[in-house]
Amino acid sequence: MNGTRASAIVGMTRRVTDTLIIVAAVLLIWQGLAEWVGTTALAGPSPTLAYFVHFVPSKRFAINALSTAITFGWALLIAYGLGLAIGIWMGAHRLSGAVGEPILVTFYSLPKITLYPVILLIFGLSLAGKVTFGAIHGILPVALLTMAAIRNIPPVYLKSARTLHLSPWQTIIRVLLPATLPEVVAGLRIGFTVTLLGVLLAEMFASEHGLGFLIINSMALLQTKEMISVAVVLFIFAAVANALLLWMEHHMHRRV
Amino acid sequence: MTRIGRIRLIVVVAAIAALELACRVGWINPHVLIPPSEMATSLVSLLMSGQINWDIVRTLGVVTLATGLSVVFGFAVGLAIHALPRVREALDPFFATYYAVPIFIFYPVMVAIFGLSPWPVVLIGVATAIVAMIIATLNGLDRVPRVLTKVARVHRMGTLATTLKLKLPAAAPYLFTGVKLSVSYAFVSVIAAEFILSPAGLGRDIADAYANFDNRRMYALMLFLLAIATVVNSALHAWDIRWAKRRGIAPT
Repeated sequence: MNGTRASAIVGMTRRVTDTLIIVAAVLLIWQGLAEWVGTTALAGPSPTLAYFVHFVPSKRFAINALSTAITFGWALLIAYGLGLAIGIWMGAHRLSGAVGEPILVTFYSLPKITLYPVILLIFGLSLAGKVTFGAIHGILPVALLTMAAIRNIPPVYLKSARTLHLSPWQTIIRVLLPATLPEVVAGLRIGFTVTLLGVLLAEMFASEHGLGFLIINSMALLQTKEMISVAVVLFIFAAVANALLLWMEHHMHRRV
Repeated sequence: MTRIGRIRLIVVVAAIAALELACRVGWINPHVLIPPSEMATSLVSLLMSGQINWDIVRTLGVVTLATGLSVVFGFAVGLAIHALPRVREALDPFFATYYAVPIFIFYPVMVAIFGLSPWPVVLIGVATAIVAMIIATLNGLDRVPRVLTKVARVHRMGTLATTLKLKLPAAAPYLFTGVKLSVSYAFVSVIAAEFILSPAGLGRDIADAYANFDNRRMYALMLFLLAIATVVNSALHAWDIRWAKRRGIAPT
């Protein structure tokens, strides 16, 4: 017991040191790059950090972050709702799944940014347009992984449910849900990432609010400090959210 | 063609026909969407006119360059990391989160550094694609059978010979998956970069046509890009499956 604990602590310190070394290496490269191209083109790490400390608690940042949060929230809700609905339908109805899967896969790998003007023509420069664009990114991975999860349920699970005379409701709660959940959560995790990217792309093009807009705007003003500050916040947000969803996924895998 | 394939074809054709009908009858405003047949004819005349030849060359050139750099350097980096288990252990969490964070938001930083040349576009393409290649290389090298490296040692093969003659072919199906992802990722990010901010390229052309309310041109360009992406992706996918089958592994 003591031994495993000690080795866990060793592993932990090792991981922390590794992360610190990687961060230090990134900062060094950044510093070198800043000196190479000049501080007007790229601010170095320490002035950026000084700016970050002032900028992130500021009202301007808060307003734009809130705008992105609202857009992202709606986009995620639609992506999860429609993605799950399509995934369940295509997973349960085999013919639809077989017919539809390659269509979804093809669509998944297309550069969806080319379709953004169509969405803008339909919705105008509005919240609805940005939400739709974010959502179409997220629907596909959620649908594809949910479909795969349902298809991969071993038939013996359903047979045992029938043998045990479980009601349809009990079958869903006790058998289908636990069997599919880890993979569905994996879909939700990927959906989260790509929906965020979709929302940010929408904000970068022809928008006046949000963190994506801040990044593009600060580029026009050559404010690399602000640009990198926003990027770092988004990075941390995405990485933490991903870690949480990944933890949920592992937790569910262990339970099954 | 299988029954499923026939149904799929019917579904796709019916969807396009429904769109065509809705546009022709006037249910859809022509300022929003033009009929698919008009998109196609507009594309044909645009291609014949030669107006977009230079942009086609530029965009596809940038995608090819970004993919090439990602594949070559991604393989090299993967090889190096695979040889250093301690470094790999440190970098693994980094690789695992890489595609969970929106790398694309660093594109404006690259523009700030390198100006409006093709380089920021190439770099964002490489930044998005290279990690997929590194991961695929590590994955492939992990699955090189131990007996092969032992054979190499028995035959006293050098490091270079072992890498080129033995590890490369043995890991090939996994490497090809990396190539496939690299092409797809580079394509998507290059088009997005051009669309958001770039002096030229097909992505830029679409954004310009949108800004000029030139719907015929915009939809022709969209059709062109989506057609190219579909053809390239399906060709790579078909190839990937063939390779995987030959080596007896499940395609990823």
